[in-house]
Amino acid sequence: MLLTVTDIQKTYQTADGPFAVLRGIDLCLAAGETLALTGESGSGKSTLLHLIGGLDTPDAGQIVLQGQDIAALDDTGRAALRRGTVGVVFQQFNLIPSLKVGDNIAFQARLAGKHDPAWAATLAEKMGLTPHLNKYPEQLSGGQQQRVAIARTLAAKPKLVLADEPTGNLDEATAGVVMDLMLQLVAETGAGLLMVTHSEALAARLSRRLHLRAGQVA
Amino acid sequence: MTQATLLALLSHWWRNPLQLFTLLAGLALATALWSGVQAVNAEARASYDAAAATLGEAQYERLVRPDGQPMAQATYVALRRAGWLVSPVVQGRLEGVRIVGIEPLTAPGGIGPVAPQEGADFGSFLTGEGQLFANAETAARLPDLDVIISPDIAPGTAVTDIGVAQRLLGKADLIDSLIVLPAQPRTRVPLAEIAADLTRQPAQGGSDIGRLTDSFHLNLTAFGLLSFAVGIFIVNGAIGLAFEQRRPVVRTMRALGLPLRRLILLMGAELMIFALIAGIIGVALGYVIAALLLPDVAATLRGLYGADVSGTLQLRPSWWLSGLAIALGGTALAASGALSQLARMPLLAAAQPRALAMAAGRRARLQGYAALVLLVLSAILMVTAEGLIGGFGLLAGLLIGAALALPLLLDACLNLMSKAAKSVTAQWFWADTRQQLPGLSLALMALLLAMAANVGVSTMVSSFRLTFTDFLDQRLASELYVRTDDAAQAAGLIGFAKDRVDAILPIQSTQTTVAGQPTEVFGARDHATYRDFWVFLQSTDDAWGTTFAGRTVLINEQLSRRAGLDVGDTMTLQDRDFQIAGVYGDYGNPIGQAVLGEAIFGMLYPDVAPRNYGLRMPPEDVPDFVAGLEAATGIPATQTINQAGIKSISLAIFERTFTVTTALNILTLAVAGFAILMSLLTLASMRVPQLAPAWAMGMTRRQIGWLELLRAVMLALLTALVALPLGLALAWALLAVVNVAAFGWQLPMYLFPADYARLGVFALLAAALAALWPALRLARTPPADLLKVFSNER
Ligand SMILES: Nc1ncnc2c1ncn2[C@@H]1O[C@H](COP(=O)(O)OP(=O)(O)OP(=O)(O)O)[C@@H](O)[C@H]1O
Ligand SMILES: [Mg+2]
Repeated sequence: MLLTVTDIQKTYQTADGPFAVLRGIDLCLAAGETLALTGESGSGKSTLLHLIGGLDTPDAGQIVLQGQDIAALDDTGRAALRRGTVGVVFQQFNLIPSLKVGDNIAFQARLAGKHDPAWAATLAEKMGLTPHLNKYPEQLSGGQQQRVAIARTLAAKPKLVLADEPTGNLDEATAGVVMDLMLQLVAETGAGLLMVTHSEALAARLSRRLHLRAGQVA
Repeated sequence: MTQATLLALLSHWWRNPLQLFTLLAGLALATALWSGVQAVNAEARASYDAAAATLGEAQYERLVRPDGQPMAQATYVALRRAGWLVSPVVQGRLEGVRIVGIEPLTAPGGIGPVAPQEGADFGSFLTGEGQLFANAETAARLPDLDVIISPDIAPGTAVTDIGVAQRLLGKADLIDSLIVLPAQPRTRVPLAEIAADLTRQPAQGGSDIGRLTDSFHLNLTAFGLLSFAVGIFIVNGAIGLAFEQRRPVVRTMRALGLPLRRLILLMGAELMIFALIAGIIGVALGYVIAALLLPDVAATLRGLYGADVSGTLQLRPSWWLSGLAIALGGTALAASGALSQLARMPLLAAAQPRALAMAAGRRARLQGYAALVLLVLSAILMVTAEGLIGGFGLLAGLLIGAALALPLLLDACLNLMSKAAKSVTAQWFWADTRQQLPGLSLALMALLLAMAANVGVSTMVSSFRLTFTDFLDQRLASELYVRTDDAAQAAGLIGFAKDRVDAILPIQSTQTTVAGQPTEVFGARDHATYRDFWVFLQSTDDAWGTTFAGRTVLINEQLSRRAGLDVGDTMTLQDRDFQIAGVYGDYGNPIGQAVLGEAIFGMLYPDVAPRNYGLRMPPEDVPDFVAGLEAATGIPATQTINQAGIKSISLAIFERTFTVTTALNILTLAVAGFAILMSLLTLASMRVPQLAPAWAMGMTRRQIGWLELLRAVMLALLTALVALPLGLALAWALLAVVNVAAFGWQLPMYLFPADYARLGVFALLAAALAALWPALRLARTPPADLLKVFSNER
């Protein structure tokens, strides 16, 4: 099993007292499998994704990724996990504005020490970014920027791709194209994919789906 | 990993050169301010030392021939053999320059080149190969001689080895006088047995000037520290902005797996390299600015920054190192705060405006409490502070407290204005200004400190100058002073001078003890000179009248403070009671003084005969009179002091100090103006969304641009209004607390409203200039950009 999540709990301290966002979540994902995470706004989808991606720590429960409990890792360990094992595609792209498209694509792979120029070129080619490699992110459209973000994640060849509404900022047609590309490339690399989405149509294209309600699996 | 991170970090600057420029320029300017002030300090110090050297040359007892003629070198040798610790001096004039030959091995410190420049050929000084030391101006008058520029030498004087002086002045094997060192062995043979033809010429008090100078140095040091504070402040602002701007990128990189430790290390290293570059630029800039703004400061600077006399460039490390230390230390200080904040920053953008606003509110409240505590503490210290530590604590409390209070004060002010505003535009303007305030407050704090420092410096230097010139006028009121060695000389002087001068004022004094304090009592002749020139701190209406009439006495501030005596109190001299009619400032004198009328002094101290005389005459007659006096009575010129000459030298030195102060003003204001520019530019990108609604509601872009400019000037004006009292409080703390703590007397504080007004205009101009470009840019924002604000809204 690539990923096993057991009884995850997460509570935020807010001005109005503690607020339990996740109340015992269990899920698992095998390599090559794709899982859609749905649920209404505020149900804790992003929170769960961040915990799995090592961007935050759960209050209780276990997240085992490739046989390793990531809750037990310190900051350095989690950083290594983020650059080597998982790749996150953010809703807001989060590109580095001062780096050219080509350097943005290579950035995470370089951090991980796994930069493969040929693979990066292939990704750029497939994403239709080759003509834009020497441009800065701000010179691209939203769809193009999201494709750069996806290419950046895949360039590091992660075992698990986490995507938080990757097409949320794109129009429907563009979203379809980007989605196709992502699914195709994830399948090619044999990675697992966990994707948050609001779209029924998109969710239907993945192998499984999981619905969150009030911090629990519905 | 390191490579990719560095590329990402550095590419930020490549893409945002303006941000890089503001960061580097902020650091460089802060360094330039510091090193410029240091240069200015050193210049002022050198000037005062030169003055002190001129005025204080006669601080040692000397052996001379009564007829003023030189003695044979053999006499010197005989005295040394007999155990006398004496050092020979040869003097004379060459091309109008006073040549002083000394023997460096035996001469006491404080005369001649106090510390010969490193690298100067000391050997050749000793062997008499002909090196002279003089300041640049004097050196220019001796083109044929091997003169080494030494800014410490008094104007119009060249100091050299005695052998060189003997050769230059044609006084082979002759010596004009012998300096008697303060410490002498008990076993030496009496003077009369070895050199009966020599008499002892007592030391003339030169310490007053030295002490006054010490006080000035202390105050300059305090202002050096102040400029340090302003510099650190600006560095802090520049670094803080740089971090703020890169916060999202930092977040992204961490999310992509960059470990925090590595990130902090790399960012720290990056900043340190910038600080080093900016520091070097800043030190150079400080040098250039100081050299440009100060005439003839170059020679001093060469001394400071170390280009040595023999031509090889030898940087004196302490000076440029202190500049670099400011840049690096300030950056490290500011960066450690920013980096620790970065380390604590949650990886996920909290994007919770309410929490942020709450944190900001907490910070503002905290800042308010801190400011209040500091200001209350300062107020208490103002009344109670006594020691030096208390004085400097007061300074620090005032400055930091006022700086922290400024944003809150401005906010309250703007709140009031917006409530009073009638039109919608005005309401919007005030509310919008309030919203801008947090982003601008750091720059405004810098402006506040810069202006306060300027008001303080101007007040202190100008007050010092007035005090010093008054003091010179008072103490050196007569155009010529003549010292007589015995009653015969005195009689000769009076006989010669009687018909040639306007007035002869005998100076007679004796030592006694008043209320346990060592005190020197003077007897003064009834003359307008005293009424015209002496400045009282406190006095009755006709203080001199009653004193000359023998009914009252006048005392100096020192005696007044130490013995607790005030005007109207009674004091006893020789069992006779006198009412105190006045207390006068006596800057720098370590002991108490009392002045009586001549007649009553003669009655109380019949044994004391005047030996010194002040002569009033037109200043232009002095040289002829001195020559005539020597011819007629044999009293040599060395026994006279030409007061006008001394005063004109001191005044020239003050003029230099003023150029120095102006330079300082320009520099600090430039730095503050730059801080404003920096903040406005940083805010500019945030401004578009804020201004778009106003534009949509029908304001033209031109109007908006004008309002931006107006806002900056108005904020600067409000800041200036706070800076004025702060600067005055600062000056007062220095003159009345720190000085009293350090030296026991208070420098009077004078106010210079015209100076302050000019400074205020400068500050407004600086703010307007700083706001001009950002305002223009905003006025030219394409409507498309303004529209985007609305389309982007979700
Ligand atoms: N840092 C935080 N502090 C406090 N509460 C938080 C924090 N982050 C998220 N929350 C709260 O936790 C809940 C779940 O947030 P989360 O972002 O996981 O929802 P989501 O399912 O991703 O919603 P959306 O579909 O709108 O993105 C929300 O109610 C949110 O307000
Ligand atoms: Mg979400």
